[in-house]
Amino acid sequence: MCATPAKGAADPPLNWQEAVLSRVIRLSGYSAIVFVGLIFAFLVREGLPALFEVPLSDLFSVRWYPIEGYFGILPLITGSLIVTLGAMAVAIPFGIGTAMFISEIAPRWAREVLKPMVELLGGLPSVVLGFLGILILSPYLRQALDLPTGLTALAGSLLLAGIALPTIVSIAEDALDAVPKSFREGALALGATRWQTMWGVTLPAARSGVLTAVMLGIGRAIGETMAVMMVTGNAAVLAVHLASIVAPARTMTATIAAEMGEVATGSIHYHVLFFIGMVLFLISFAVNVTASAVVFRQRSRAERVLS
Amino acid sequence: MTSTGEPRQYRASAGSRLLAQRFGFAVLALMALATVVPIVLVVAHIVLQGAPAISWEFLSGVPREGMRQGGILPAIVGTFYLTLGTAVFSVPLGVAAAIYLAEYARETAWTRLIRVAIINLAGIPSVVYGLFGLGLFVLFLRFGTSILAASLTLSIMTLPVIISASEEALRAVPQAFRTVSVSLGGTRWQTIRRIVLPQAVPGILTGVILGLERAAGETAPILFTGAAFFLPRLPNSPLDATMALPYHLFVISTQVPEMPLRIQYGTALVLIAFVLGMNLIATVIRSRARARRQW
Repeated sequence: MCATPAKGAADPPLNWQEAVLSRVIRLSGYSAIVFVGLIFAFLVREGLPALFEVPLSDLFSVRWYPIEGYFGILPLITGSLIVTLGAMAVAIPFGIGTAMFISEIAPRWAREVLKPMVELLGGLPSVVLGFLGILILSPYLRQALDLPTGLTALAGSLLLAGIALPTIVSIAEDALDAVPKSFREGALALGATRWQTMWGVTLPAARSGVLTAVMLGIGRAIGETMAVMMVTGNAAVLAVHLASIVAPARTMTATIAAEMGEVATGSIHYHVLFFIGMVLFLISFAVNVTASAVVFRQRSRAERVLS
Repeated sequence: MTSTGEPRQYRASAGSRLLAQRFGFAVLALMALATVVPIVLVVAHIVLQGAPAISWEFLSGVPREGMRQGGILPAIVGTFYLTLGTAVFSVPLGVAAAIYLAEYARETAWTRLIRVAIINLAGIPSVVYGLFGLGLFVLFLRFGTSILAASLTLSIMTLPVIISASEEALRAVPQAFRTVSVSLGGTRWQTIRRIVLPQAVPGILTGVILGLERAAGETAPILFTGAAFFLPRLPNSPLDATMALPYHLFVISTQVPEMPLRIQYGTALVLIAFVLGMNLIATVIRSRARARRQW
């Protein structure tokens, strides 16, 4: 390393510039960690007081009626659960089925049509789906199932399925695509049909990626707000049995969105809404850490195999 | 057929296995259709029902008569400002973070933590971003309910999309480009600035637009940080609240009784045209760049 004099002359200002720039870039790199920390800090700062203002037994009770001081968040939690479960009952089979079709069966032209379509669905604002949910889906459900109102958990589940599908399809399809061709060729050479190869070899080989797809789909569904708020009828009733799927429900996200605009800053209600936000944050944190742990495990296994 | 039972059994099962395959393929094809057909129907329905509402007056007028008449210009302009504001904050930060991850950082526990944080940011519910924006920007930093607060909130939400897409674009630039630049005496920053970044621009741009598209269509994060229920004029400063297309659609479809359907569908059409128009631009950039790429 013997620098020429010419380069040496130009070096000092450049080094100074580079030093500043690389510092800025490094800081930006860490920004994601800073923001996750900040978000959690603010949720805790505004949400934790709820634990001191509302007795725990009240907070985890079944009555949500903030105007009269009832802050039981159980109906909201079960509301989120039942809507999400309903959504997953539709989105998991259809999402994985579509991903299998796109990646393993579809001819090239069909793939070129299907993939942008699914991406299109991912790009539709959820408020547009909620809008059509009010105008078309819920009147249809009311008629078809003979319900007193179409604004039910089921309507929310169907919209959520549509919102979670693009996530599930695209990640599951990536995972299936990443399975080495030799796996399939080996199975086919042993006399398996393409159908048997898909289920017996390709899908099991891609299972951690498919699992990640499902986890992230669940994350999307639990966190979705607008579409759900618009079509579920927003009744904070504890969902205890299967028939609750055709009754109105109210999710944690919809509660925050519907009520935060009207509460006084610093009131008990305000703190409880932030507390619900904290619970949502922790759920999504758990879902995403699990999903990424699966990905990392898979990667390190692949690295072991390849080395 | 004089052979023993075994091959015959095998042959029979081969037939039934092919039958099972044909049946299975058909089921999966139907599932894919059931996924895709509603998407086409939704878009077609909104276009057909919304098109009659679109007129110069609708696009350039302010809402009148409790939003039941007139146009939606303030909402269109508001969404444009919010998208622009989001870009101003999230693009420099996101691209710089991607440069760090792709060009500077080694794989350490720290970079792994950064990646976990990015994945988490991408998964946080949009309404929780709204709470955070309310807590930090509106109340703590006293920006009030404003375009500034809403844009900052949206830009943090958009950050993970921009970082991931940009990092991928940077990593796709062949290592040889960097090696040549450095061997000619280029410093690390010169290499990034003059060689790597220009090659990665189409990929970065695609990711940026897709991220901004998400931001433009979101309602929950701006609900308590910058959206105005009804504001029949254009915002004057970044500290003004503003109407926005997604929030306006929410308002007129749930909060205003006897709202004419024509205006609701018209607003929905303008919103999806805005969002899908961005999507189209991203797709064009991507395919052009692929066609022109020399490596």
